[in-house]
Order: sequence, then C-alpha cells, then structure tokens
Amino acid sequence: MNPDAANRRLARRFERLKRGNRAALVTFITAGDPDLETATAILHGLPEAGADIIELGMPFSDPMADGPAIQLANQRALKAGITLRKTLDMVADFRARDAHTPLILMGYYNPIYRYGNQRFIDHAISAGADGLIIVDLPPEQDDELCHPCLTAGLHWIRLTTPTTDAARLARVLANGSGFVYYVSITGITGTRSAANSAVQTAVARIRERTDLPVAVGFGVKTAEQVAQIAAAADAVVVGSAIIERIAKGLETKAGKEEIVAGVHGFVGELAGGLGSKNTQAR
Amino acid sequence: MNPANQTAAPESHRSGPDERGHFGIFGGRFVAETLMPLVLEVERAYRRCRDDADFKREFERYARDYIGRPSPLYFAERLSRELGGAKIYFKRDELNHTGAHKINNTLGQILLARRMGKTRIIAETGAGQHGVATATVCALFNLPCVVYMGETDIERQAPNVFRMKLLGAEVVPVTSGAATLKDAMNEALRDWVAHVDDTFYIIGTAAGPHPYPQMVRDFQTVIGAEARAQLLERENALPDLLVACIGGGSNALGLFHPFLDDPSVRMVGVEAAGHGIDSGRHAASLCGGQPGVLHGNRTYLLQNEDGQIQEAHSISAGLDYPGIGPEHAWLFESGRVEYVAVTDQEALAAFQLCCRTEGIIPALEPAHALAYITQIAPAMGADSLIVMNLCGRGDKDVFTVADALGVAL
Repeated sequence: MNPDAANRRLARRFERLKRGNRAALVTFITAGDPDLETATAILHGLPEAGADIIELGMPFSDPMADGPAIQLANQRALKAGITLRKTLDMVADFRARDAHTPLILMGYYNPIYRYGNQRFIDHAISAGADGLIIVDLPPEQDDELCHPCLTAGLHWIRLTTPTTDAARLARVLANGSGFVYYVSITGITGTRSAANSAVQTAVARIRERTDLPVAVGFGVKTAEQVAQIAAAADAVVVGSAIIERIAKGLETKAGKEEIVAGVHGFVGELAGGLGSKNTQAR
Repeated sequence: MNPANQTAAPESHRSGPDERGHFGIFGGRFVAETLMPLVLEVERAYRRCRDDADFKREFERYARDYIGRPSPLYFAERLSRELGGAKIYFKRDELNHTGAHKINNTLGQILLARRMGKTRIIAETGAGQHGVATATVCALFNLPCVVYMGETDIERQAPNVFRMKLLGAEVVPVTSGAATLKDAMNEALRDWVAHVDDTFYIIGTAAGPHPYPQMVRDFQTVIGAEARAQLLERENALPDLLVACIGGGSNALGLFHPFLDDPSVRMVGVEAAGHGIDSGRHAASLCGGQPGVLHGNRTYLLQNEDGQIQEAHSISAGLDYPGIGPEHAWLFESGRVEYVAVTDQEALAAFQLCCRTEGIIPALEPAHALAYITQIAPAMGADSLIVMNLCGRGDKDVFTVADALGVAL
C-alpha cells in the first residue's frame, strides 16, 4: 500500500476548492443507518448531491458525544446488523466507484480497539479511507492510535473546542493532519448552534497556529448557516440535520428510494449555500 | 503473626496510578476534547486537596459528625457459628447516613467541587444509592443537583427516586439505550460537556477518566483504614481474607487498598453472575468480559466481538454495570486480588441467612459477598479472620426480594 495515497486525496480536494474560492461541504452519515442497503445508496450519491468530503460514522452502542439524532442513528444501524467490518466494506465499495472524494471515518475507540488497532488501520487504508476522527482519543492518548495512523499514512483529524485554550491548542494541533475540526459549541451534536461571530473569532485563532484547513461543525442545520460559516472556514460539517431527514422518512413510512432522494435533495440545498456545486472534477 | 513486622512487597500494589492515570495498561483519560481541559482541572484541584491538611480535616469532621464514622467492625458470631469455620467480621458501612458506603465518596467530591468554585452538581445513578448520597450532600451544601437515571431503573427503584426528590434533586429519566446505569452515565457526560463552566460531575464509583478512579478510591479507603485499625485492636492480627462485592468496585477498593501490600491478606472481589456466567445474563466484567474503553477509561467490559457494549444483568441494581474500575482490572491481571462471581439465587439465599442469623437486612450487593463467604468460611480454621464489607443496608431491596421469593406485598 502507498502511505501517501490518503494524504494526497484530501489535500487535492482542498486545493481544488481553494482555487474555486469555495469552502467544502462535509456531510456526515452513520454507516448502516437505517439499513446497509439504504445507507449504501445514500453514500454513493453524496458526491453527486454536493458533498465535497464524506464523514462516515462507525456505529457504537454508547456514543457519548452525540445528541439524540445521531444516538438513534447508531441504534438503528446496530439493530440492522452493522459491524465495523461491514462499515469498512462500505468504504471499499464506495472507493471502487469514486476515486476522488475524501472519506473520513468518525467514531469511538472501543470497536477499533476490539478489532485490533493495526488491523483496523491496515483495513481502513486498503478500503480507501483517508482519515479518522476518534472522539474519545484526546492528545493525552496519542500513543494508542494517532501515532500508528500517522506512521501508516492515515490522516488523524483533531477536534478543537471552545474549551481548548491557547496553551492547549498547540498540543492539540501538534499531531493533527488533513484538516482541523472545530467543534463550535460546548455540547453534543445536533443541539445548539454557535453565534457566527464566535465561530469567526475561533477560526481566526486556529489559523494563527496552523496551516491545515479548518472545518467547523456541531449545530449546523441550514443552508444559511452553511453559507455563513463558509465565509470564515475552509469546510462546514453537517450531520444531525441530514440524519434527521432519514429519521423523518422512517417516521412517515417513506420508501427507501424516497429517503435516499430526500437526503440527497437536502445535501443539494446545503451545497447551494456554498455557491457552485461540486462537479466531480479530477 | 506480628503485624508490626509486616513489610511491603518489593513492588507496591498501592502506588498507582501513574501521572497519566494508568494502572498498568488500564485507566487513562479517554474523553472528548471539550471535557479534557476540565478533567485536567479536576486533577490539579484534587492533587492540591489531597495534600491539604485543611481539606483532610474538613472531610474528617463531616465524616464523623454527618456520616457517623467510624463505622463499627462487628463480629458476626451467630453467622460464624452457623457456617462453622472462620470468624467473620462485618465492616458496618450500611450504618452510614443514607445507608451505604456511597456517601464517603460524595462527601469528598462535593468538598472538592466547592473548592473549585463549581455551582452545579450532576451525577448518574443505577440503584439510586449514589443518587441519594449525592442529593444528600447537595442539600447539605445548598447546591443544585441533577441526577441522571435510566427509565428502567426509575421504575424498579421508586423509593430512591422519591428520596432524591425530597432532598431537592432533579431526577432526569434517561431513555436512550437500555435505559439503565451505563446510559445514565452517557447522559451525565453529555450534560457535563454542555455545562463545563459551572458543573462538577460526581461519579459514583472508582471508574471514569483519571483522576476519578484514584479520587473515589482515596475517599473510600477510610473503610479499609478503619477496619485495619479496628481488627488490630480487637484481634491483634491482620485479616486472613477480605471479601467485598463488585459493581464498579469502589467499596471493595476502599476495603482492600490499605491491605494491598500485606502479602498475608488474601482478597476476593465478588461479581454478580446474574443468571450464571454461561447464560450471558450477568454483570461480571472480569469473570466474563474483555478489555475495552468506555466512560473515560480502559478496563474490562461486557461487550460483543464487535466492541459494542452489552447490558449487564443482576438482581442487584447496584452491581448492574457492564464495566469495572480500572484498578480492579489491574489487580485482576496482576493476580493480587482474586475475583469470583455468585448468582442471583446464591445472593438471595445469603440475604436471607444474614437476616435470620444476625438480624441485619443487608443490601443485595453485599449479599453477593456473603454468598461467597458461605462457600469458603466452613473450610477455614476457627482462628482465621474474614472481614466483609457490609456496604449497604437492604431496605431498598425488600420489594425486589419479595418479588424474587414470590411474595406479594
């Protein structure tokens, strides 16, 4: 395997977007939610719908940093039989169809630890994943998975938060790669939204310390919010609002195709907030 | 044996954790970045208090005047005679204010929270004992208290829910997951992430991110320190065997820790085997789980092969947790402490035995410890000494026991 392959895919995407003077839309979905078939159809259509980068959640029984929407998505996916192995298969399947859209795996440490850290890193790279966001591995635990990931050529995407003070920011950024994910609120996913001015100040503070692109997420729900944050950040992450489209579809007993189309339509709206739509450029 | 001649083992079992919160490979600080600065702040504040004579004095004053410490060390003579073997002593932590060992810890943590200037307290609870102990100290110090409790537990522990409300706490039902203790802990962590500025999280057992496992253990070692002095005074000897039940494991650590470097003292932690380890319906993380990472620490967990956490099952709501404190995981692997498991049925039998022979209605949790003692005491010599932590009283369990015995109340 070529350890540089992952690095290049994410960097190229950000370079291209920068040339187009546009921020990236990062869309989060949970692997296997509401079932493997529907989730796969949603995933495959995301780039066409307007996603520049994909964040794929690896389901966990105890998602402590997530709000109700993503908690339920995790439960639905687990109930429908998702496993970490099947999540990696989903990645490989996606990569076979799309060689260019970066895909980041997001989740919690325990399923990876059970799977075996090095085995997981090897399988994630060969499946075509570009990076990891692991919520419960702060810099204090970098010897667990961060160092082996960076050695293997898988991006380690750091979370910084409003509680990360200046002294700590340097440490948080130290082993980060790919991009930096700014969690814009002190809270869980899909709840409150941050004030735009606070986001601008925080992003500026991070930019002083790193050349990595800065993504902003948590509480971003509408195309208007996407457009506002895009003015300050290099990428905008939307998760719970997309997941809620799936939940609403299930609630109204919509068919699978209808749910998939609903999600893609919503992603299109969000991308509209960023101006020109992603067109699968090489 | 002359206890004064006891020397510490070459490698102390009492020196952990290291500066990163590790007991061997267990422990650590596996939390989201939002919480990390706060967890570090708690650690710094705790380190200051640990060395502070004023803090120690304040803790001891409330422990004596409010909790009622020291708790007696009681020779359970009729029970010892009935089992026919070792002399069995009970460390009577069920006589503490609020009826369990839990308040030793909540007192220590709320004193720390006050020194940190925190103005709001949160806690998780399973059986409700830790929730009641937290609500109690919050009333004492006039701090608002929010207790997260699984909806399933709220239904089966209604008296404790009412107690917490009487004490002024808000009890928030948790409906996510299986709506039991682990889900309540998830929800408390979510609350904490959203209220980092003003809120202190009083964790109920010796688990969670560093420094909690160490801090909770330290507050609970008052149990073992007292028991040690009391037995030396009474018998001029150290115990041959210490026995305590294990959910998260704070009462057991509290009893064991002061004796860890006394090689002659054997220690047994008793987990809940529920319907039996082979049934898959149990709460025995060490006897039936594997290492993993949950709620801020690496430890033994009940989980499937995909790393998904599984629900624990025990007749005792206080043992119904799919993990265990990281120091126990380390003591288990190092072999210093032995861990066994007893079933719901065995605990029920011991519960009734204790009522009949000693006139003490124990909580179902220490009834597990007693069940193990009934198996081992008869084979021990008449001069052997057993100390069991009677860590809670059984008033809260009478409905559960009646139900299990087929009695309608």
